[in-house]
Amino acid sequence: MSKNPEQVVIIRTGVANIASMLAAFERLGVTPLLTEDREIIADADHLVLPGVGAFGAGMKRLEELGLVDILRARLISSERATFCVCLGLQLLCQGSEESPGVEGLGVIEDHARRFSDELRVPQLGWNQVTPVDADANAFLTEEGYAYYANSYRLASIPEGWRGATSTYGAPFVAAIERGNTLACQFHPELSSAWGQALMRRWLLGASSQG
Amino acid sequence: MLTTRIIPCLDVKDGRVVKGVKFQGLRDAGAPAELAHAYELQGADEIILLDVSATHEGRAHQIDTVKRVREKLSIPLTIGGGVRQPEDAGRLLDAGADKVSVNSAAVRDPDLLSRMAERFGSQCTVISIDGARVGDHWEVVVRGGREKTGLDAIEWVKRAVSLGAGEVLLTSWDRDGTRSGYDLDFLRAVSQAVRVPVIASGGANTPEHMVEAVEAGADAVLAASIFHDGDWTVDALKDVLANKGLRIRSAAKRENP
Repeated sequence: MSKNPEQVVIIRTGVANIASMLAAFERLGVTPLLTEDREIIADADHLVLPGVGAFGAGMKRLEELGLVDILRARLISSERATFCVCLGLQLLCQGSEESPGVEGLGVIEDHARRFSDELRVPQLGWNQVTPVDADANAFLTEEGYAYYANSYRLASIPEGWRGATSTYGAPFVAAIERGNTLACQFHPELSSAWGQALMRRWLLGASSQG
Repeated sequence: MLTTRIIPCLDVKDGRVVKGVKFQGLRDAGAPAELAHAYELQGADEIILLDVSATHEGRAHQIDTVKRVREKLSIPLTIGGGVRQPEDAGRLLDAGADKVSVNSAAVRDPDLLSRMAERFGSQCTVISIDGARVGDHWEVVVRGGREKTGLDAIEWVKRAVSLGAGEVLLTSWDRDGTRSGYDLDFLRAVSQAVRVPVIASGGANTPEHMVEAVEAGADAVLAASIFHDGDWTVDALKDVLANKGLRIRSAAKRENP
């Protein structure tokens, strides 16, 4: 059985809501290090890209910190453990309707789009998450409920990835995974026992799956 | 499918829960962190914590309280009370809040909502509205209902959302504390006026009240005394609501560590 890593590095993207993420890792017995230090981030065995306000502001921040190429390479290989949450997932795309003209990390050939105007937006609340193509090696193995706070989303799981979907008006991407990368549209750190279990699987499993 | 959130609300004064909470098996039923955690284990979908401290000294506990609650809580936490500037909201978010609600400060200074939304996002920015029925409409009241503002609640909620509020916490001042059910007309009018989620508050006594609120357009229901007085546990309530056909997050499955 693999052991918890001692430390998880969280990129300081400069906007709020990081306290819940820090507290969740602490409950899992891991020391989170919140930093914008490029070298520490580049060397991190376990790296977290948290949600960061608007898409455009998030990309601008990653550019200012000199992290775009580091993250893109890391996510394309997906060898080292990386965990992206909420906007962190959308940043993997080529762009987003939220910030037209701003180029994303481009790891996924898709754009984040706003939920239909027919719906209450933002989506705030707990929605059922259903894994797709899960096997024993996946992070996303169990159905459950997760907490969302989002106005934008991906419509379908990109080629070369597997993951989970939820439905709000229509199906959308709840989370995707590939190798040691896990990217969630919902907030695992706010999704009670189910979310904590998913975070634990990423912490433990990422080093052993390869 | 998105589920209806069941939200216990704690009133906190000087760092302690007020309104006589009767709760089985708690070491300190006045400690917000313990109560909030107990409600999470029962299956609460979110916790709202309203700081009703009257004094500056009392409010000094607020940040510390939020930190303590956050340490234990792994569901969303909304904090209200005493927020006048975006910086106040920033401090609460840094301490562990996920959303911050503003009430009378936004009535005095509506631009507070746009500044909060710009800085932290609409999903963090909750407009809390207390409304009292006056004839065929509802008027916004502040200062614990003592002061009428002359503002039409429906006009105000539309304006608040256009300024950036991403959620509405709607309290019927006529029903609050009466246990006679939510003001369904008020809920219907507000949920039709805006396209952001609406939390119903004020008057909950039975599961039927909650079903009616959802039928009237509520996305979430808040209750306080029915939980604090021990009339209902959250999971027992959720079982009844699910049987009545509401989409509910089933009571937390206990996972092995």
